[in-house]
Amino acid sequence: MHNHRVIPGFGLSLGFTITYLSLIILIPLAALFLNAGGLGPAEWWRILSTPRVLAAAKLTFGASAAAAAVSVGVGLLVTWVLVRYRFPGRRLLDAMVDLPFALPTAVAGITLTSLYAPNGWLGGYLAKWGIQGAYSPFGVFIALTFIGFPFVVRTVQPVMEDLGSELEEAAATLGAGRWTVFRRVILPALVPALVTGFTLAFARAIGEYGSVIFISGNLPMKTEILPLLIVSQLEQYKYRDAAVIAAGMLLVSFTLLFLINLLQRQLDWHKR
Amino acid sequence: MPHRCPTTESAPARWLLIGLALLLLSLFLLLPLLAVFVEAFRRGAEVFFAALHTDAALSAVRLTLLAAAISVPLNTVFGLAAAWAVTKHRFRGRALLISLIDLPFAVSPVIAGLVWVLLFGAKGWCGPWLAAHDLKIIFDVPGIILATVFVTFPFVARELIPLMEAQGNDQELAAVTLGASGWQMFRRVTLPNIKWGLLYGVLLCNARAMGEFGAVSVVSGHIRGKTNTLPLHVEVLYNEYQFSAAFACATLLALLALVTLGLKSAVEQISHQGATRRT
Amino acid sequence: MKSIPPLLTAAALLLLLTACGKRTASGTTLLNVSYDPTREFYADINQAFAKHWLTTHDSAITIEQSHGGSGKQARAVIDGLQADVVTLALAGDIDEIARRAQLLPRDWQAKLPDNSAPYTSTIVLVVRKGNPKGIKDWGDLVKDGVQVITPNPKTSGGARWNYLAAWAWAAKQFDGDHARILAYMTRLFKNVPVLDTGARGSTSTFAQRGIGDVFLSWENEAYLIEHEFPGKTDIIYPSLSILAEPPVAVVEANAAKHGTTAAARAYLEFLYTDAAQALAAKHFYRPRKPQSAAPDAVKLPPLPLITVDAEFGGWAKAQATHFDDGGTFDQVYQPEK
Repeated sequence: MHNHRVIPGFGLSLGFTITYLSLIILIPLAALFLNAGGLGPAEWWRILSTPRVLAAAKLTFGASAAAAAVSVGVGLLVTWVLVRYRFPGRRLLDAMVDLPFALPTAVAGITLTSLYAPNGWLGGYLAKWGIQGAYSPFGVFIALTFIGFPFVVRTVQPVMEDLGSELEEAAATLGAGRWTVFRRVILPALVPALVTGFTLAFARAIGEYGSVIFISGNLPMKTEILPLLIVSQLEQYKYRDAAVIAAGMLLVSFTLLFLINLLQRQLDWHKR
Repeated sequence: MPHRCPTTESAPARWLLIGLALLLLSLFLLLPLLAVFVEAFRRGAEVFFAALHTDAALSAVRLTLLAAAISVPLNTVFGLAAAWAVTKHRFRGRALLISLIDLPFAVSPVIAGLVWVLLFGAKGWCGPWLAAHDLKIIFDVPGIILATVFVTFPFVARELIPLMEAQGNDQELAAVTLGASGWQMFRRVTLPNIKWGLLYGVLLCNARAMGEFGAVSVVSGHIRGKTNTLPLHVEVLYNEYQFSAAFACATLLALLALVTLGLKSAVEQISHQGATRRT
Repeated sequence: MKSIPPLLTAAALLLLLTACGKRTASGTTLLNVSYDPTREFYADINQAFAKHWLTTHDSAITIEQSHGGSGKQARAVIDGLQADVVTLALAGDIDEIARRAQLLPRDWQAKLPDNSAPYTSTIVLVVRKGNPKGIKDWGDLVKDGVQVITPNPKTSGGARWNYLAAWAWAAKQFDGDHARILAYMTRLFKNVPVLDTGARGSTSTFAQRGIGDVFLSWENEAYLIEHEFPGKTDIIYPSLSILAEPPVAVVEANAAKHGTTAAARAYLEFLYTDAAQALAAKHFYRPRKPQSAAPDAVKLPPLPLITVDAEFGGWAKAQATHFDDGGTFDQVYQPEK
């Protein structure tokens, strides 16, 4: 235990970290909980169990989970192609993956809306198939997938790069087909990273606001997401309700984050 | 003897997968990016440049730059301090601290704006005190900066913590043994090791700071030419039927994204070369 | 506990010291916090007023604008947005500012002529060119296969006027039979595919995105759509609509703090002058003094208009009955099971 304090700067860096963390994050969030905490559990329950909140929660969590799941599929494919194959334009493709990180969400929102609206480039095609792109839960799902999928690629990529070929060779020598090798050897090694990617994409999607409000159509009970509901409650002067919903979302988010970090520690522990 | 390598797929399968990935990504990423530029120039270059040259647009650019210029350095210093405390030392509550640092990342931007309203709004905790001293935070520049600092809080720290964790303490311990002071050690040993990760974090932090929408929209008040950031200005124009102008301003943000991506791959390239040369 | 707010603020301010360099604006600055469809109108008014102020006071005046959904804007003022004047979509929202933040007296509406509404408007039906669905009146909105676009009455002032206009028509149609009015309203909102938070969002949805067959809109916004998207839409005047009075008021506490009370009052009084009334007509509002409209201004046809006061007993009552939690809108807008 002693040698850890050999490296200087512990007090200074930790002190600064905690002070800054408290000022910028913890105290403001505490204000939120104080605002919501003045109400008893019965009030909390009353606010959170209204049909509108439940519908928004169902959409938010449902669309986020669906988007994260699709992100895992698409992300796995893209990562595989990026890591395993060499082809012209690979570097460009690799850089493009981060676009949703770098593109402001409002820009993503208006662009996706103009693409997927019934009179947009893609919306027209979808309409022929009887699918409504923008202004439907599907639109929310599209925006959330756009936001979430780089997380999967960026979590899985390093793990796949580190994957040695020994096991695959051994399996192939034993006569396993390529599909079997993928399913029985490669996939299991990737599962932890995929789960982490899923959780990150999911957590990000739950809170997403900018891109979704443009494309969703904001129909209460149908395409209204939780963050928009918070704003809408504020606009009706219901600060308490807004604070309670926000606090509820926050608890879910924090639990998710804690699980991710736990998972990552578990992974590190396995590696050693 | 089958001529194909047993640990890869047949050529057709390979090209099928590559084609599929390319198709998905172009539909999903390239097309939206393209759409921004097409919409922006739909009414010609004149409208495009006229839209960028209004007072409201210029003030939005200034405010956006200001918000980034304050929040990025603050969060960079914080990221370094936090990474140092968390990775070079072991202490009780470390795991919790790491989770707390990540927290803003999972907080909805709307909540990030809401908390400042609850604190500094006229009806908020500090509201009456602020009003009595004639200080404005919400619906003014400070509120926008606070909201930006909040949402970009973890970006640098998130990049540095795993990196410094992976590098371990051996080099620092050696430096201490050789009698280096803390500052010397940081500058000569730690910083060179993390500089690319640091730059990467700063880039992402900056992109988010300039592009943040939800949180600043809650605290901005949308006063034209005063408290509109560039993303908010895009929304305002969009709501005024000036679609081409809205997309023109959006191209600025899209260009910012592209520059970020370009720099980022350059950083990766250089750091990768550096890493291979060292080994 | 008492020392926490100042401490906290001091710390936050320390971080932001560089950010808040004192803005030294020359002359007077007013902040007008307004609702969505008035952007173009107030852009003109502000220019005209600045010119007027310069000639009468020999000093410059700048008017800053903020636009958004009416309820959202009222909320921002309550939360501390430093508006000198508010020009919102309905009296109810300014009432909220008076009630919750005491920034202006409760009887603010008596301070200026004509219920403090220098211009009025009404709600009309906007349809696609040629009226392919044959929409003539409110009753046609509940037909199968008709998609109706309106913003959300919970957050948009215009949408509340829409809602009350439809309600008033149904009340007349069904002789005040509450159950049948509710049934009509329920069917109406079943036909609504998108419910934006503000009037402008709805306009984009209808005009730009091409969604919906009929758009319940402010009259002035309807003419603006014709102007922005020529040849795409027709305006249908229903058999009955509502007299919409978007009121204006000086936010007295804020103006007093900024020392702008006189300028703010002059600004609002300017709205009643012939010049401003002509601008209102130009932007398709119904001016209080129709004779001041330019001869080439579009003549807005007369139609039977009910008022909120006569039909619904004033905004406070209308708000409580229809739009507060558990009000008729909540009953109408039920989830599909």
